[in-house]
Amino acid sequence: MRIDPNKCVACGNCLPVCPMGAIYIDPASNRARVNGDECVECFTCYRGMSKEHLNPTLVRAIRRTAKFFRFRFDPEPDICPTDAIVPEELSWPRVVRRAFSDPQVPHESTGIHGRGTAEVKTNDVTNRVKEGEAGFVVEFGRPGIGARFRDIERVTKALAELGVEFESNNPVTSLMSDSTRGLIRPDILNEKILSAIVEIKTKLEKVPVVLKRIKELSREVSTVISIGVSTRCDGVGEEPLREILEQEGYPAYRGKTNLGLGRITAP
Amino acid sequence: MTNTLHRYSEHYAFERPPNPQPVKDDFIVFAMASRGVNDDDLITKYREFLRLALKHNPVNIGDATKGGTLRPRKDLNPTAHWKRDQLPNPEEVISGIEGHTTVAAVFENYQDMKVFVDDVRAANLGVSINISAPMAEAQRCCRETGIARHSVEYSLGFCGRVDKLPDATVLELSTMCGHGMLSANFVKKMIEWVKENRRSPAEVTRTMARFCICGVFNISRAERILDEARTKNR
Repeated sequence: MRIDPNKCVACGNCLPVCPMGAIYIDPASNRARVNGDECVECFTCYRGMSKEHLNPTLVRAIRRTAKFFRFRFDPEPDICPTDAIVPEELSWPRVVRRAFSDPQVPHESTGIHGRGTAEVKTNDVTNRVKEGEAGFVVEFGRPGIGARFRDIERVTKALAELGVEFESNNPVTSLMSDSTRGLIRPDILNEKILSAIVEIKTKLEKVPVVLKRIKELSREVSTVISIGVSTRCDGVGEEPLREILEQEGYPAYRGKTNLGLGRITAP
Repeated sequence: MTNTLHRYSEHYAFERPPNPQPVKDDFIVFAMASRGVNDDDLITKYREFLRLALKHNPVNIGDATKGGTLRPRKDLNPTAHWKRDQLPNPEEVISGIEGHTTVAAVFENYQDMKVFVDDVRAANLGVSINISAPMAEAQRCCRETGIARHSVEYSLGFCGRVDKLPDATVLELSTMCGHGMLSANFVKKMIEWVKENRRSPAEVTRTMARFCICGVFNISRAERILDEARTKNR
């Protein structure tokens, strides 16, 4: 993402809007600039802000006058007055940033928007996680911190050593050079993204071991990790996972419940 | 997409209190089809899902590829700073559905959610339907509507460098956009504006909701949190 210096009036509205805090006012030019290394190409500034199309020269003159008299104008905080935010054409490997940060871009590997995963949301028709199995969604960078693939790889390598099965239909797995060892393509390791989900599957009895290992590994990375665990219920809607989680001391308060109302209907 | 899974509350505090307050005003129901499995006549199914939701007072509805009932505008003029159009537009969500996506409805109480789930069950749309809410409430809803849960997914909260995260009030608000489009810095700014009486909680809530790309931002809950943040040291 780029901010057009010819249009920017340094109003500062876009600064707090950036989830990564990657926008700042350059004191030399008195224009907003994007720190390219921190920007994850999530398009929040470009898409999330409403826009006016005012004349930049006029707006700067008004702002200078108001500033001279120490007037505080109270504009709407989510408007770019001069439409100064400009998306750039992204090439490899930077394009990976957008794929994992802008939820409006579907992942090529799964065709799914957002983080590109279906987890157990469609388990009633895919049967991906079966009775006696546990599906893990290990999300890096959420909420609002961001992550680099080198941190993700540190965890995937260790999880591979535990013998877990990486979900094949997952955007992170699709970028692995060797999924049996949890290795991610070296050319993207320094790319920063808003968040990415690693999906793995194990037997239910391995849940405590895997969770313990993820917790240990979380201390070695420079980002936050959000964890979700799923399983399939039995015929009357009961499941053993909650008890396992509570015994291990995890909060199992909130989550998703697939109602089993999906069915195969396509011809 | 785990966009509704990790919504922060006291239950996920890093030092959990002994008796965290139950979340009573945040229930999401969403529909999602699988490619080549149950995506025939998809747009009609999604639109029916959302039209059924509108009968039960949702506080927001959304299409994950287009946004919720409040969206940014690209054609504002300076009068917007004094008189902003703040009205939600559910019809824009419904008519804008073009194909594969996830559609969601957010409710501020259990009863509305339950009656809606019952309607969806009766409508027999054939797409996957999920409740994202406190698990006990979702299970109760299933029992009361005669549904046997198929699968469950628990949020276990956050670990790692949690020292980088903002405070609880900011997290409660920012994690209501699970895709991370609602910046913690922006939420902090909006909380300060409410405290300074520069904007009302209702105005600020609508401003924040425009950043949520899939429409699962709970407008009612956000307004309550902001109102409390004005007077309480939360």
